[in-house]
Amino acid sequence: MDRITAFSPRGWSMTVALSLLALLPIYVAVTGQTFYLDLASRLMILGMAAVSLNLILGNGGMISFGHAAYLGIGAYCVGIPAYYGIYDGLIQIPLAVACSALFALVTGAICLRTKGVYFIMITMAFTQMVFYGFVSMEEFGGDDGLVIDLRSQFAGLLDIEGATGLYYFILISLLAVLFLVYRITRSRFGMVIEGARANERRMQAIGYDTYRYRLVCYVIAGAICGYAGALLGNFTHFISPEMMDWTASGELIFMVVLGGTGTLFGPVLGAAAFVLLEEWLSTITIYWQFLFGALLIAVVLFWRGGINGFVDWAADQIPGRIITRTRDWIRRAPWRQRS
Amino acid sequence: MDWTLFVTQMLNGLQLGVLLFLLASGLTLIFGVMDFVNLAHGSLYMVGAYFCASLTDFTGSFVLAVLLALPLTALVGLAVEFIVIRRLYARDHLDHVLATFGLILCFDTAVQFLWGPEGMAIALPAVLDGQVEILPEIVFPTFRLLIIAVGLVVALGLYVVVTRTRAGMLIRAGASNRTMVAALGIDIQRLFALVFAAGSAMAGLAGMMIAPITEASIGMGNEIIIIAFVVIIIGGIGSIKGAFVAAVLVGLIDTMGRSFLDTLLKVVVSDQNAETAAPALSAMLIYILMAAILAFQPQGLFPPKGR
Repeated sequence: MDRITAFSPRGWSMTVALSLLALLPIYVAVTGQTFYLDLASRLMILGMAAVSLNLILGNGGMISFGHAAYLGIGAYCVGIPAYYGIYDGLIQIPLAVACSALFALVTGAICLRTKGVYFIMITMAFTQMVFYGFVSMEEFGGDDGLVIDLRSQFAGLLDIEGATGLYYFILISLLAVLFLVYRITRSRFGMVIEGARANERRMQAIGYDTYRYRLVCYVIAGAICGYAGALLGNFTHFISPEMMDWTASGELIFMVVLGGTGTLFGPVLGAAAFVLLEEWLSTITIYWQFLFGALLIAVVLFWRGGINGFVDWAADQIPGRIITRTRDWIRRAPWRQRS
Repeated sequence: MDWTLFVTQMLNGLQLGVLLFLLASGLTLIFGVMDFVNLAHGSLYMVGAYFCASLTDFTGSFVLAVLLALPLTALVGLAVEFIVIRRLYARDHLDHVLATFGLILCFDTAVQFLWGPEGMAIALPAVLDGQVEILPEIVFPTFRLLIIAVGLVVALGLYVVVTRTRAGMLIRAGASNRTMVAALGIDIQRLFALVFAAGSAMAGLAGMMIAPITEASIGMGNEIIIIAFVVIIIGGIGSIKGAFVAAVLVGLIDTMGRSFLDTLLKVVVSDQNAETAAPALSAMLIYILMAAILAFQPQGLFPPKGR
């Protein structure tokens, strides 16, 4: 009993959720409802993007309104080589990560010189720049986008052409990203980033070059999101500038806030809630975006902890009670009272 | 270079510039006075355009429709301020951005619900629909000239209001020290509502001016609002003078880039390379300009004082 209660409620519920995700393809194979597999794949890819945004937004306090640019860059780094007949994932994916990191380095070096609302707007403007850049590249489909006829190939080591293969690839990637971000936020580097958000002047006064730390953090987040973008391109088989429309960046922020800023699992929960809500509301009415917008406003006005805060609360309350009640019941059980 | 084309494009650039100013001045005022980031500003631009389109159909006169649609748009602005925005002033910028992003979704869907998914064209009176010869051999649409005139009049009016009237004095005072203004017994809540309504009306006016050319459509504000943000970043957030200079600069550079960049590039690189690079480069030109200015002036061209 003690071993279960010692295991934190959040870790417990997350383990259950991840096991369910791992078992989902079996359910799909039995019932034949591939729709759920697609839904979960998209959810996890967006979850990865949201986790990377949370690293700069939640932990670093850098409110980037242009994070969708990296999704787009990552996806085009799969699409453009594929357009030229290069399907090797060992080229495409490192390219996606490198290009995203480079873009983050160049724009971050300029953006991070600014603060507050300037930072929000300049990150948004740079993403818009990339958006228009790709829109006007007629060679790669321009506005209409580009179809990727084959997914990335890994020299026979991995096969992600099928939905299940890709699903597990995404799931493992998500776990790796979560682990990486977990390690980053608990490292000395992560502490400096947190410190710079809480009080930049003090961090500078004790000798940290906060600009540099932030820039590195910004580049890491960009690289992770570029990786998620490469997966998104593989998943959808189709890429277009629409992926980095500024509303897409807004949606990523929504996921982070909905899930709970500055927490490890929050952004994944937020992405999950976002994707599921979108699916659910769009079956109710064609004007579902109104409900979505109203919900967004309501979340901002009244519900700041995010889902993560709620899960913590619920996990503390509900399983805790269930466990203690069961334990008490077992202790009071008739067969125990014989001796 | 073709002389007539050059002058025509200069005028087109100026027209885009004043249009951007109408949007950016409201944004920059709202930010300057209330420290509020309003992404939904573009929605009021759209709402203004739709009001104007419906009223033109109803009254049969474009001018009358504009005069009626202006207070209506201001009212919508007031309502939004009263229902949502008011609760957010004390929050941080992230909350502003998220809530107004939600507002955009609501506005876009509401417009789709009320007016349908199709765009709405606006018929201009015959007087405005033609072209005039402004210089020998240079003809220019009358309506675009009117947009430039309206923009300049609004800019002048705004300048007079902000520098010469009591309301303008309060706006300036509010921009430099909000708490002190409130402490002096000014009803800051009313001042905020007033500024928000005025900004909404100006955004609506911009929408009404562009709708006869492009027609009113859903999401029409979502694209131009980003350019308006670029304008106020370049100009320095909170500065009306900066917004004007930057708006005209951005309008001219964007329009001129789109028409003459390929000619310019052909001087430097081969014709074929110029043809492929020019469209992408000209689309990104204003963002490159913004990055260049921010690299040297992180607070924009006319940084706000006293903050």
